[in-house]
Formats: sequence, C-alpha cells, structure tokens
Amino acid sequence: MITSFLLKSLDRSIVVVVAILLGLAIAIPALNLLTAPDHPLHVPTFLVSLFGKYLTYALLALALDLVWGFCGILSLGHAAFFALGGYAMGMYLMRQIGVRGSYGNPLLPDFMVFLNWKELPWFWQGFDMFWFAALMVVLVPGLLAFVFGWFAFRSRVNGVYLSIITQAMTYALLLAFFRNDMGFGGNNGLTDFKDILGFNIQADGTRAALFAASALTLALCLVLTTAIVRSKYGKVLVAVRDAESRTRFLGYRVEHIKLFAFTVSAMMAGIAGALYVPQVGIINPGEFEPGNSIEVVIWTAVGGRGTLIGPIVGAILVNGGKSIFTAAFPEFWLFALGGLFVFVTLFLPKGVVGTASAYLARRKAHRRAADAENARDNLVAEPMAAE
Amino acid sequence: MYRILQTLLITLCLLVSAHVTGLRAADDLGALVSALGTAKLAELDDRIAALAKSGDPRVIPVLEALGEGNLYARKADGGVFLTTEMGASLVLVDPLDGAQLGEVPKGELQKIKVNNAVRRAVRSALGGLTLFSADAGARLKAAQSMRQTPSADALEAIETALAAEKDVTVRKTLDEARAVTLLVSDRSDDDKRAAIKLLAEGGGREALGALSSALSSADASLKPDIEAALQRIEQAQAFWNAGQNVWYGLSLGSVLLLAAIGLAITFGVMGIINMAHGEMVMLGAYTTFLVQDVIRGSYPALFDWSLAIALPLAFLVTGVIGLAIERSVIRFLYGRPLETLLATWGISLILQQSVRSIFGPTNREVGNPSWMAGAFELGGLTITWNRLWIIVFALAVFAALLFLLKRTSMGLRMRAVTQNRRMASSMGIRTPWVDALTFALGSGIAGMAGVALSQIDNVSPNLGQGYIIDSFMVVVFGGVGNLWGTLVGAFSLGILNKFLEPYAGAVLGKILVLVLIILFIQKKPRGLFALKGRAVEA
Repeated sequence: MITSFLLKSLDRSIVVVVAILLGLAIAIPALNLLTAPDHPLHVPTFLVSLFGKYLTYALLALALDLVWGFCGILSLGHAAFFALGGYAMGMYLMRQIGVRGSYGNPLLPDFMVFLNWKELPWFWQGFDMFWFAALMVVLVPGLLAFVFGWFAFRSRVNGVYLSIITQAMTYALLLAFFRNDMGFGGNNGLTDFKDILGFNIQADGTRAALFAASALTLALCLVLTTAIVRSKYGKVLVAVRDAESRTRFLGYRVEHIKLFAFTVSAMMAGIAGALYVPQVGIINPGEFEPGNSIEVVIWTAVGGRGTLIGPIVGAILVNGGKSIFTAAFPEFWLFALGGLFVFVTLFLPKGVVGTASAYLARRKAHRRAADAENARDNLVAEPMAAE
Repeated sequence: MYRILQTLLITLCLLVSAHVTGLRAADDLGALVSALGTAKLAELDDRIAALAKSGDPRVIPVLEALGEGNLYARKADGGVFLTTEMGASLVLVDPLDGAQLGEVPKGELQKIKVNNAVRRAVRSALGGLTLFSADAGARLKAAQSMRQTPSADALEAIETALAAEKDVTVRKTLDEARAVTLLVSDRSDDDKRAAIKLLAEGGGREALGALSSALSSADASLKPDIEAALQRIEQAQAFWNAGQNVWYGLSLGSVLLLAAIGLAITFGVMGIINMAHGEMVMLGAYTTFLVQDVIRGSYPALFDWSLAIALPLAFLVTGVIGLAIERSVIRFLYGRPLETLLATWGISLILQQSVRSIFGPTNREVGNPSWMAGAFELGGLTITWNRLWIIVFALAVFAALLFLLKRTSMGLRMRAVTQNRRMASSMGIRTPWVDALTFALGSGIAGMAGVALSQIDNVSPNLGQGYIIDSFMVVVFGGVGNLWGTLVGAFSLGILNKFLEPYAGAVLGKILVLVLIILFIQKKPRGLFALKGRAVEA
C-alpha cells in the first residue's frame, strides 16, 4: 500500500532526476572543456573525475537498492560485483598499454613479466577487444550472482544468513585477488593505464566523456529499475520483501523472482565498477573489502531504501561529505561515518528522500483534507445564507 | 645363575680393559702432545686427529691453546707448553696437568704456527672432544653436531663417550650419533643393521637424512633394511605431522572459539548482529595493555599476574560498554536484525577510531608472563605454552558460560526470554533488563577473549576486524542459538583450515574453507546443530 503510494508520488521526481542527470552530462563537460581555467564557472578536470566517481557510486547504490529496498535481500557483497566489473575493465585497459609498459612486452602486462610468466593466461585472452571486455563487465558479475543466488535462494538462505554468506563471498574474493598466482596483479592490482578506445585516459576530453558516460548510464539504469519496479514483476518483488512465505503460498516461485533481481543488480554493479576504474586510474583487491560493501549499504540507507532516487542522493551526499571531511578533519571522518550509521538507523529509517516524500505526502493529504473541510463548510454555510 | 656370572665376567673385563686403555692413554698423551712441537705445518692435521682420537678431556685445553696461538715449544728440547704472558717473559704451564713450571724469557720458546686449515681441524676435533665436557648441555650439543655431520673417525670417541654417559637425553642423542656414524664407517653389516634398526625406532629428520645418504653407498645386502627403515621413519613422520596439524588446528580452533563465543550469545541467543563484537575483543586487548603498562611502571613484581588482573577488568570494561550500547542503541532496534547490523557497524567504526585517537594507530606491545613463554616437546610435537593455555582458557570460558546458562536462575531467565519473550514477560521477568544483561555478558566475554588474544596477536585498533568474519562463520556453521554448535564449529573449522594449509597454502586454504562454508549453508541453512521445531520460523 505505502510502497505503491510512494511510487506514484515519485513519478514526477524520477523524470526530474533523469533530466538533471542528462543536463549534468552536457553541462559539466561543457564547463570543463569550453571555459577558460580562470573563468568563475570553470570546472577543473579533477572535479570532473571526482563527480564521475560519485555517479558510479550512485549507480552501485541504486543496484543495491533494487535488491535491498525492493526485495529485502541485504547483500553485504555488492562491492565484489563492483570490483569484478572494475577488474574486467582494468584488464582491457592493461592490454591497451602494449609496448608502453616498463618492460615493453607487447603481450604481457608488466606484473606478469615481473613474475616471470611466459604467456598470457587463458582468462586474459580476448580482453584486448573492447566489446569483449564490455561483455565481461556485465557477464562475470552477473554469472557469479546467478550461480551464488541460485544456490542460496533455492535452499532458502535468507535474512541475516544471506548477508553473512555474501560477506564471506567478498572476503574470499578479497583473499583470492591478493594472491599473485591468481594473475590479477596481486596486491598492487591493475594500474598505469594509458588509453581507452584509443583516447588518452589522462586527457581532459576523455575525462569529460567518461563523466558524461557515467551520467548517461546512471540515467539509463534509473529508468530501467523504475520500469522493473513498476512492472507486474516489481509488485511481486515487493510482495516477496514484505511477506515471502505468503507470496510463495500464493504460487509464485520466490527463488526465481529473487534471482532475477539479484542478477540484474549485480550486472549494474559491474557496470558501475567498469565506469569507476578508468576515472580513478586503479583497481586493486582493496575494493573487495567487506567494509566497502557495508558502506554502500549506508549510502542507500541515508538516501532512503525502497525509493529509487534515495540511493543516488545518499551516495552523493555521503561521498561528498567524505571528500570534504577527510580533507578538513581526517581524524573525525570515521566518527562521522559511524555516527551516521547509528543516526540513520535510529532516527531516519526511511532515509532522507523517504522521509521528505512522506512529509510532502502528508502535507498534501492534510491540505486535501483541509480543502474538503472547507468545501463542506461552504456547503453547510450556503443553505444558511439562503435562509 | 649362569646369567649373573656372565654379567659379572663381562663387567670385570670391561673394567680391566678400561683401566688398561686409561693407563696407555696417559703415556701416549704426553708423547702425542710433544709431537705437536716437532710437527711441520702439513703434519699438524694428523697429529690433531691423533690427539682427538684419544678422547681424553685433558686434550681440550691443549687444542684450544693451539687454535688461539698460545701453544709454545721449547727450542732446547722440543717440550710443549701452555703459556701466559708476564711482561717480557712467559709463564709455562704443563699442557696436561696444568701445573706451573716457572717463567722463562720469550726468546727460549717458539710459537707453534697454525693456519686456517689447522684451525678448522682444531675446531672439529674440539667438537668431538666436548663430548667429554662436564656440562651436560655442552655434551648434548656436541652429540647433536656429530649426529648432523657424521664422520667415521669420530666413531671411537663417540663409543667411549657413550660408555661413560649417565644423562638419559645425552645418551639417546649419542646413541643416534653412534648409529649415524657407524653407517659411514667400515664396521660389519650386522652392526650396521643394528644401527639402522635403532635409527628407524628413533625417527627424526637427521635419521632420515643419514639413512637416505647411506642408501646410495651401502652394500646390496643392506639396502632392503635401509629402505624398510626409511619407510618406517616416513610413516612415523607422517603420523607426527598429522598430529602437529591437529594441534595447530586445535589452537586455531580455540582462538576462533574465544572470538565467537561472545557472539554466540549476542547473535545466537539474542539474534543481534553485533558487528562491534570484534571491537570488544580489541578493547579487552587494550585493557591488558593498560594493566601491563601500570604494572611495568609501578609494581614490576606483579607482572606474572598481569593477565589474572586484566581478565576481570576487561570483562567489566567491555561489559559496561556493551550495556551502554544496548541501552542507547540496540534496544530500539529489536526485531530488525539488518538495521542492528548497520548501527553496530557504525559503533565499531567509532570505537576503532577512538582507540586510534587515544593510543595511536601502531601496534602496542603486550608481554607474555613467564608461565606462558617457551615450549615443550611431546613425542614429535612442539607445544608452546601460550597456545596450550589459550586452549585451556577457551574451554574454561565455554564451560563457565554453559554453567551460567543452564544452571543459574539468570541463565534460566535468559533462555526464557529468548524462547518466548511475551510469555516470559507475563511470568514477571523484566525482559528489557535481561536483554541488557545478556548483551553485556556477550560483550564481556569478548573482552576476556581479547585478553587471551593479546598474547598471540598484534594489539592494534584493527585487531577486532580480523576476527569478525571468522566469528560469524563459526556461529553460523555451528548453528545459531546453540553453544555446543559453536564449540564443534570452532574446532572443526580450525582443524580443517590447518589440514588444508599444507596442500593449498595459507590463503588458498582459507578461501577453500570460506567456499566450503558457503556451500555447507546451502545444504543446512541453519548450521550443524539447528534448533528444531517452530522456533526456527521466529
């Protein structure tokens, strides 16, 4: 009831957010490229990349919201899908370096030459082609989520247990990617990227284009999730969240419904990771840290789970705050973040957006009630006047 | 009767022969020492070997003096003396009995020259001779070095030493050294067979090395014996290796148990996902650090008691913090486990950063009391005291907790509230109070675990993070709401981990364990020892 009401009230706001995102995709690159560096409205390149990074985080939070906010699956391993997408993109970027690496080996990335590897491992084949890498960005996290979810949902692992095993999954991946033998650069990860699709990755134009791509992808994914959530399937998804057993007894295959959302969400997280890596310039196993996944949850919670705009707002608010805080008072950032966790769960369970829209909805209802009252008063008053 | 006679006779013979060799040695020794004076540099090696072969402890000072360049020969008659410098003259000392023989001017004596080759010969000869040292430790060391690098020349010295040795440990090592040496000598095959048998019984890496090197050079008739012995030693080693793995596994299991047992209360019994659990462990460790700091500064004599003092303190400190967390945050979140997870994660960040701000980000040093340091041997196992004490402590905490839950009225109330909150409330139990105390108990136990873990882990603000995932794995694997499950889960995960390590490496082993747990939860979503009945749907 409440959810469908919220959804209707968010109708217009999603259009607005998509419009803002499209506007940003044009405005920020334009302000960066077309204005002189001393112009008051000039956006420096480092800010373009920083905002681009926020947008990929927002996409990750949106992906998490699809499973947590609408299906009740609290995944504590979404950073793993993000990192896997990032690694797929990183592998493509590594292959683009070619002979420009320190060892000048046309085929092997530097770290493999360093480790005395003689040939490219099979899982690095094909990553020199962008279309293949792009496919892997979606397929690898999607496949992992599909297999993992298929096992987990089929045996009805849910609630806290699911959260804990997703955490174990990202922890296991963290340990695995730290190993040099895995062939993903071990501790140092993948870095020193040179170009993407033939464009210099450091150039202002490429950075602006990457920002625009992030904004467009986010807008696209927002529309996609809205469509999913609004569809008949989305209604069942919410039903699974609110009363899983009842939905099952009504004849729905709950595990299939969950699996679809989980897989789509992982794919979106993978895309977010792939957009993140070229803008940050590095991907290393640290991205698999269980703490990272929990941070994504707090972005979503701050913005408002179960609303589609909430996670986007939350990711940008928290990360913006982080950038400002860690620069100004580095000691206090963890206090602030920790306090935020406690505050939001205790006092803002619906998040910023959820609370705001509930407030707006209440005021609207109130006004309507007041109008109705006035109308009745008038109705009552009229006969009196006639008398 | 016959047997006794025989023994007597043999003893008599041995005594006589020993006496005779002793007498002959005294005569020979003087001559051997004097021979050093007349020897050319190239001949010294042989002379030293001859001296060493005598096996007489009196040779030791002579050889030492030779090595240090303190041995002089009198030009007049070639007599050899130890000397001590005294102004322009030297005091002569008899090399064998140590008697002072008066002063002579330096010119009358000639230093016996040595080079590096000779010094090396001296050193190895001395190695054999310390077999006769009065200090059992020195003898043991000498025997071990002979066991490691057997040389056929040393065989007689070893046998002489063996006959005189009383100390059991030294005797055992000497026996093995003799067997190892015998294999490279030209003794009879029967002797060698006996030696092989002895080595096979003793086992150990040295025996394995000696036997496998003997295998290549031995006669064809001995080869099957050596091969059988090798196989036997390898089997014994495999057995002890497995034993060592079990021990390491138990040790890891006890650490997991300690870390998880508090969580078994908060998560298992109360259903609260306490992500700040690891930080409680960390705070317990820091309490130990503070206690030791005060003791070091003011009452150093109490250092061995530091852990005993820290234990109740850590329980109190973390218990009170736990109580505060429950009263201020968690009580508003009952029935919303995922929200609790987020809030306690936030609390864990705050606690970590507080400790980092107060104590700094670096590791703090926590010392081992004397009774926890060191190790002892048990068969082929090396067992360190601190690991042993941690196992004992973990089991003690487990037993105490079990007693508390099953045998006290407080425990009864805790279980009642867990099983049916409303019913318990109607019976007059103050459920909020029980909740708070249960959470404080879980936190306090985590603090006590921190005291123990401070003995084997780095005490840093990140201490707790390393344990949190493992602890959850243990509780979930063992079965939520079941203390026995936690016990079995902790030890089986510990042992599994240590058995996988040799094959897969430490990191891959851990990954495999995680994957296995994930798969296991698919099969049994409620863990090893699941609660049965309707309670599971709650």
